[in-house]
Amino acid sequence: MTIRDMVDILKARVLLGEDKLETPVYTACCSDLMSDVLAFVDEKTVLITGLTNPHVVRTSEMLDLKCLVFARGKVPSEEILEAAAEQGLVVITTKATAFSACGMLYEKGLRGVPVPLEWGAEEA
Amino acid sequence: MEALIHASYPVASADYVSAGRASADIKKRLKQLGVGGDVLRRVAVASYEVELNLVIHSMGGHLDLDVYPDQVVLVSADIGPGIPDLSLAMREGWSTANEEARSLGFGAGMGLPNMKRNADDFNIQSEVGKGTTITMGFKLA
Repeated sequence: MTIRDMVDILKARVLLGEDKLETPVYTACCSDLMSDVLAFVDEKTVLITGLTNPHVVRTSEMLDLKCLVFARGKVPSEEILEAAAEQGLVVITTKATAFSACGMLYEKGLRGVPVPLEWGAEEA
Repeated sequence: MEALIHASYPVASADYVSAGRASADIKKRLKQLGVGGDVLRRVAVASYEVELNLVIHSMGGHLDLDVYPDQVVLVSADIGPGIPDLSLAMREGWSTANEEARSLGFGAGMGLPNMKRNADDFNIQSEVGKGTTITMGFKLA
């Protein structure tokens, strides 16, 4: 799907990057823990989050993410949006909760970022 | 071998607002040099993690970038407090980060293991009361 499809599915509002809505999206991830995003995400994907601090944008910058989706109608501060604009990030906000947003996108065929994790021997 | 680029960034303790600026600049400089793809992403992630560690855990320090024709080297050196048990610190999920760091989405105990995973060479030296030095190498060839 494209970012525009995501906007339609999530009934989202586009805060930044109106000109990049035709960008294709192959996978997504959802986390409020930037530590985990930095550790496990290694492709240009989409991040769904409820966290609206500057480090969400910094993390996106380090990983070259395409699009940030803020859940529960959250809108980051002007300062954060400016930083996102400098990087050319698409930023959208949806009224859906993070859980529901993931469900709606999954239902339409979007899948999670592959995470190469296996159970340790003691947990198997 | 002489470095093509050398840059040193001071990183202040508990400066959560600026955290990541050095890494953003490092990424920009490498991009200008034509470094891209997987290596650029790995350097950027490791640099951001180590810079955050300086802000969250150290009493202050600096992050140095050296670019050679065949590799990128990042060195983080701080003035303390030092890590009492390195093997524990290297364990995934183990963290001593405070509430402020956690509220920003960090402190999950993934930093050091993630640096090691992203770097081609990873070395950490620490002495309690003196400080910690982390050296990471990323092959360009």
